[in-house]
Amino acid sequence: MQSLEQLKARLEAAVPGVRAEIVPNGSPAGQPSLLLDNGHARAAAEFLRDDAELRLDYCSNATGVDWPETTVKEKVKVKKVVDGAEKEVEEVRERKRGGYLEAVYHLYSMARKEGPVIIRLRTENRGDRVALPSLTPVWRSCEFQEREIFDLYGVVFQGHPDLRRILMWPEFRDYPMRKDYVEPDDYEYEPTPHDEVLERARRHYAGGPAA
Amino acid sequence: MTTLQSQSAAEEAAGGHQLLEVSMGPQHPSTHGVFRMDVALDGETVVRLKPVFGYLHRNHEKIGEKCSYLGSMPYTDRLDYICSLTNNWGYALTVEKLAGLAAPERAEYIRVILAELTRLINHSCLAGFLLQDMGAAGTPLMYAFREREKILDLFESLTGARMMCDYMRFGGCRCDLPPGWIEQARRVVARYPRFLDEFEALLTGNEIVRARTEGVGVLSAQLAVNAGITGPMLRASGVNYDIRKVDRYGVYGRMDFRVPMGERGDTFDRYMIRILEMRESLKILEQALRDLPGGPILDPKAKLRNLRPKAGEAYGRIEGPKGELGFYVISDGGPNPYRYRIRPPSLINLTILEDMCLGGTIADAVVILGSVDIVLGEVDR
Amino acid sequence: MIDEGLRSELSRQGVVTTTLEELYNWGRKNSLWPLQFGLACCAIEMIAASMARFDIARFGAEVFRPSPRQADLMIVAGTVTKKMAPQIVRLYNQMPEPKYVIAMGVCAISGGPFKEGYNVLKGIDRYLPVDVHIPGCPPRPEALLHALMTLQKKIANQRLTGPDRPRHLNGEAPGEFPVPDYGEHDLAPPNNPAVWRPPPMTRDE
Repeated sequence: MQSLEQLKARLEAAVPGVRAEIVPNGSPAGQPSLLLDNGHARAAAEFLRDDAELRLDYCSNATGVDWPETTVKEKVKVKKVVDGAEKEVEEVRERKRGGYLEAVYHLYSMARKEGPVIIRLRTENRGDRVALPSLTPVWRSCEFQEREIFDLYGVVFQGHPDLRRILMWPEFRDYPMRKDYVEPDDYEYEPTPHDEVLERARRHYAGGPAA
Repeated sequence: MTTLQSQSAAEEAAGGHQLLEVSMGPQHPSTHGVFRMDVALDGETVVRLKPVFGYLHRNHEKIGEKCSYLGSMPYTDRLDYICSLTNNWGYALTVEKLAGLAAPERAEYIRVILAELTRLINHSCLAGFLLQDMGAAGTPLMYAFREREKILDLFESLTGARMMCDYMRFGGCRCDLPPGWIEQARRVVARYPRFLDEFEALLTGNEIVRARTEGVGVLSAQLAVNAGITGPMLRASGVNYDIRKVDRYGVYGRMDFRVPMGERGDTFDRYMIRILEMRESLKILEQALRDLPGGPILDPKAKLRNLRPKAGEAYGRIEGPKGELGFYVISDGGPNPYRYRIRPPSLINLTILEDMCLGGTIADAVVILGSVDIVLGEVDR
Repeated sequence: MIDEGLRSELSRQGVVTTTLEELYNWGRKNSLWPLQFGLACCAIEMIAASMARFDIARFGAEVFRPSPRQADLMIVAGTVTKKMAPQIVRLYNQMPEPKYVIAMGVCAISGGPFKEGYNVLKGIDRYLPVDVHIPGCPPRPEALLHALMTLQKKIANQRLTGPDRPRHLNGEAPGEFPVPDYGEHDLAPPNNPAVWRPPPMTRDE
């Protein structure tokens, strides 16, 4: 089983123009993933499936993840003048990272009994530019899972044969798994509430929210 | 495309006859749960079939983001509610990968024993439900549930609950085996082949079962691999992929068992594979019960309640009785997971339901659905 | 009403006396036909209750009818989701009177462990009148049998005439309930005020 660096090199050689980036994984599981750009994702997926050394013919899982806008604290080494001498000092800088939605695919090879190879696709933002290329023509197992990502996160997959809501009813308007979803408020009758449910139920109690 | 447009297109394809649109479900006599199929029929032949689900969508993944890691464990019981212990193991395996924990040997053997007992329950209930769909109203199901009750007695004396066991923990198991449990388990395993022989004598040679299942719902190996089918359905189409042999998780690497495979990929193969898998499970159970070592059942370093794994992600999978059950957990360093995703085998196995049913009669569609072995708690989560 | 001592004396001589009400209720309570309607995990325990170890046939209820037109007991076993709720109310409307509802499991009573959910209806009693509630997750098959016996007692005590007569003998009481629609964020209406009248909650803290 090759390492992800070797795979990345072969991918860049086979599919011209693709931009792949290795995203490290902090946990002891040791499963780093490959971030692909949206324009060449379909071609890269076909290479991964058809290449004789990889034969990643089985897409096990397609997940949607919501990363809202956040500020990232980074430690940067800068040259600063301290006490008259120039030294390298560690400074904490805050950088604003825009929000995006992500689709993560776990690929295995049934022919060679290897895996997993994890690829990621990111949208540009969480608002209007939420289109991603669909990998259903490459691996048919993504069909229902991409519909679910559309239903719960709002990512529009271009090239999907039948993109409709799968788990919620068709007239539903929101995207429930997003981090900023507010669910409808039907906590009127709560005999034994605690924590969050108590907060929500208090609004319905006789006497108003302060009671 | 609206329903009318797609209907007229299908009508043209069917030679200008008027199509009958039937919505089978979500309440129907075959006991698969709240599952609906929108079927368009030309006479009795299925021309189009679209599965509709979501009637049991209980937003398990959103609740997983609110609960702590241990707090999600009882919810995994309720995923595939017939096999709760294998769901627990899948989740425990994933969090152990994420946090870098390992279970002691005794715990691994106990996990294998419980998983194989669960596989016995699932496959015998499936055979019962499949035959109920075929019209044998209740009798094979009654035999299957009789055996299930004996195994549920074992679960209840060990974990305290018949169905929702909530037994596995990150780094081992919740509590040790009570005295007399191993002897009782050995008795159940020793008597099981007699029940299987009885079942097979009644059903496998039965000409009605053969006529209704042979050649029905054929699935080619290439389509199965591309569509991500796993479990007995994949092996019935002739693809040798059993995660117990590929990943060798737990102590399956030490067990000696074979993987049954089918040739034609039709419903009869899928039914026979499950009967043969039950016999292999009995072999694994005999070996595990014989080799069960002593020792602790929980990793002493494992912190259950306030588990805060390092930021990162992990994907863990097991060979559940229905297929590959995978869990994908992203941690951000806090007590709750950032993203908690379940890869449901039943949902992926439904991808090619339409392909298998096209061209057959509507009675075959019911039998094919029965052989896919879905549980809606898992499909909808 | 006949005196109990006289009744037992007569029955020892081989003469059975009863009232029309008792006979009517006795026939109905000992042949309740449930609708084959399992939603989730509780359905497996319901099936186990109808199998060989916990035999529901002794109560006359082993005939699970697939069609609502032939059933008179609906055991709502499992989580009721908002997507499924209109179908449940529609099925209830299709059942002929007299009909009863048992809410089996905590999910059908109040939403259960999945309460904080965008698709979970917090109890089927928001849209339908429930006769017996069974707590448990899932309740054991013995608990379902106990609920069946409680319902049988309730039917046995129903008076045929008078202001508290059951719904099917009362022309004004509604037998069908409005089916909710799928709204944009929630069901419309979110509950049925004629059926669901929870007591107002007051908390001092």
